[in-house]
Amino acid sequence: MKIIGSIGKKFIKASDDIGNAFLMLVKTVYSYISYKQDRKNIINQMIQIGVMSVPVTALTSVFTGMVLALQTAYSTRNIFNEPIYIGSVVGFSMVKELGPVLTAIVVAGRVGAAIAAELGTMKVTEQIDALYTLGTNPIKYLAVPRFISIVVMLPILTVFADIIGIIGGFFVSVYKLGIAATVYKNDILDYMRVEDLFHGLIKSVFFALIIVTVACYKGFNCEGGAEGVGRATTQTVVISMVMILVSDYFLTALLVLFGIG
Amino acid sequence: MIRIVDLHKSFGENNVLSGVNLEIKDRETITIIGGSGCGKSVLIKHIVGLLKPASGNIFVDETEITGLNEKSLSEVQRNFGFLFQGAALFDSLTVGDNVAFGLRNLTEMPAEKISQKVKKCLSMIGLEGIEQMKPSELSGGMKKRVALARAIATDPKYIFYDEPTTGIDPIMADVINDLIIYLQKSLDITSIVVTHDMTSAYKISNRIAMLYDGKIIGIGTPDEIKKTENQYVKQFTTGSSVGPIKMKVRER
Repeated sequence: MKIIGSIGKKFIKASDDIGNAFLMLVKTVYSYISYKQDRKNIINQMIQIGVMSVPVTALTSVFTGMVLALQTAYSTRNIFNEPIYIGSVVGFSMVKELGPVLTAIVVAGRVGAAIAAELGTMKVTEQIDALYTLGTNPIKYLAVPRFISIVVMLPILTVFADIIGIIGGFFVSVYKLGIAATVYKNDILDYMRVEDLFHGLIKSVFFALIIVTVACYKGFNCEGGAEGVGRATTQTVVISMVMILVSDYFLTALLVLFGIG
Repeated sequence: MIRIVDLHKSFGENNVLSGVNLEIKDRETITIIGGSGCGKSVLIKHIVGLLKPASGNIFVDETEITGLNEKSLSEVQRNFGFLFQGAALFDSLTVGDNVAFGLRNLTEMPAEKISQKVKKCLSMIGLEGIEQMKPSELSGGMKKRVALARAIATDPKYIFYDEPTTGIDPIMADVINDLIIYLQKSLDITSIVVTHDMTSAYKISNRIAMLYDGKIIGIGTPDEIKKTENQYVKQFTTGSSVGPIKMKVRER
C-alpha cells in the first residue's frame, strides 16, 4: 500500500508540475503580447544564448557530419562495393534529425542549465521577491527575454549546425574517401526538398519551447539554497533532454503525417 | 494604517500563522519579534502580497489586499519598500541601477532626475560615489545599506525590514538601527521591522509585538515589553532557555 501511495504522490506532483509549467508558458506568451519589451535585454540574451553557443554547436555538428560520412561510406561499401549516397545520407540526417536534436541538446546543456542556475539563485536569494516589491513581474522581466531569444536563436543555430555538419561530411567525402565534390553536392540537391529543412526547423522551435519552459519553471520554483540550485540545474538538463528525444519521435510522426518533410 | 485580521497560513502540515491579528498605525515603527522559523518573515511577506493566506484579511489603508488581482495589487505595492534579509540586490546590475530599478519601473521620472534621486538616496545612507560598483564588491553591511537606499528610492509610505541587523557586526548593526530611526523621522514613514535582535528592537521601536505559535501573544511599547508579566515574552526578551518556550537541544 505504501508503494502505491508513494507512486500516487509522485504522479500527482508530476501532474501538478506539468500543469504549472504550462501555465507559466501561457503567462510568458501573454506577457510577450501584452507588454512593451526591453530590446536591450533581449539582444543581450540573444548574444548569451545564441552567439555564445556557436563554437560548441559548430564543434558538435562538424564531427557529426564527418562521422556520418565515414559510417555511410563503410556501410555502402560493404553492400554496394563503393561509397554512394553519402551526400544524401549526411544531408537528410543533419537537416531532419541530427541538426535540430543535437543543437537542442547542446543548448539544453549550456543554456538551459545556465537559465535554471541563474533564476534559481535569484529565487533562493530573494531577488525574485525583490522584483515583485519593485513593481516588476518576474515573468515579464526574466522569462520573456529568454523565451524570445531561445525561440529565435535555436532555429538559427540549427540551420548553422546543418550547414556545418554538411560541410564536415563534404571534407571527409572529398579528401578522405575521394568522392567528387559535385557528386556529394548533387546527392544533396537532387533528393532534398525545402520541406525537409522546415521539418527540422519546426522541431527546433518545439525544442526551444521545451528548454525555456523547463529551465524557467525549475529556476522560479527552486528551493533549498545552493543544493536546491544544483538540483534545479540537473533536473532542467535531464528533463529537457528526455523531453527533446521523446517529443522528437512524436513530432516526426506528426510532421510526416502532414506531409512536411 | 495596516490591519491584519485572523490571518492563517500553513505550508503542508506545518501551521505557520494561526489567527494573527495586528494593527499597524501610521508613522510608527513596530517591531515583530519571535524565534527563528516562527513565521515573522512569512507575516510581512503576506502584507506586501508576496504570499497569499489560507484565510484572513489584510487591509492597507482600508483596501483589502488578499483578494486583489495582480494589477490592483501592484498599485498597492507602490506604497511599499522592502529590505530583504540577505539584501537581495540584483547581482547583474550596478549599485546605481539597483537603486534606480523601482524608479524606472514604477515612475515616469526622466533619467536625469532618476540619477539625482539615486545620488540622494545613497547619500542618505552614507554611501556616496559607489553607483558604478557591483553588489559582489560590497561588504554585508554595505549591501544592506544599498538595499535600504533601493527600498526608500520610490518614496514608499511603508518600509518593511526583514532581519535588518542579522549577519552583520554589532557596530554596523547599530549603524543600521540609527539609519532606520533617521529614515523614519526624516521621511515620516511607517516602519515594520522583523527581528530577534532585542537590542535593535528596544532601540528603534515605538511598539513591539511578539509572534509565537502562529499568533501575536504580546504587544506594547519597549518599556511595557521589558516589564511584561507574560512568561513567553519575558523568556524571549531575556533570552533564557528556562521557561514555557521549549527548544530541543537534540531532535531525538
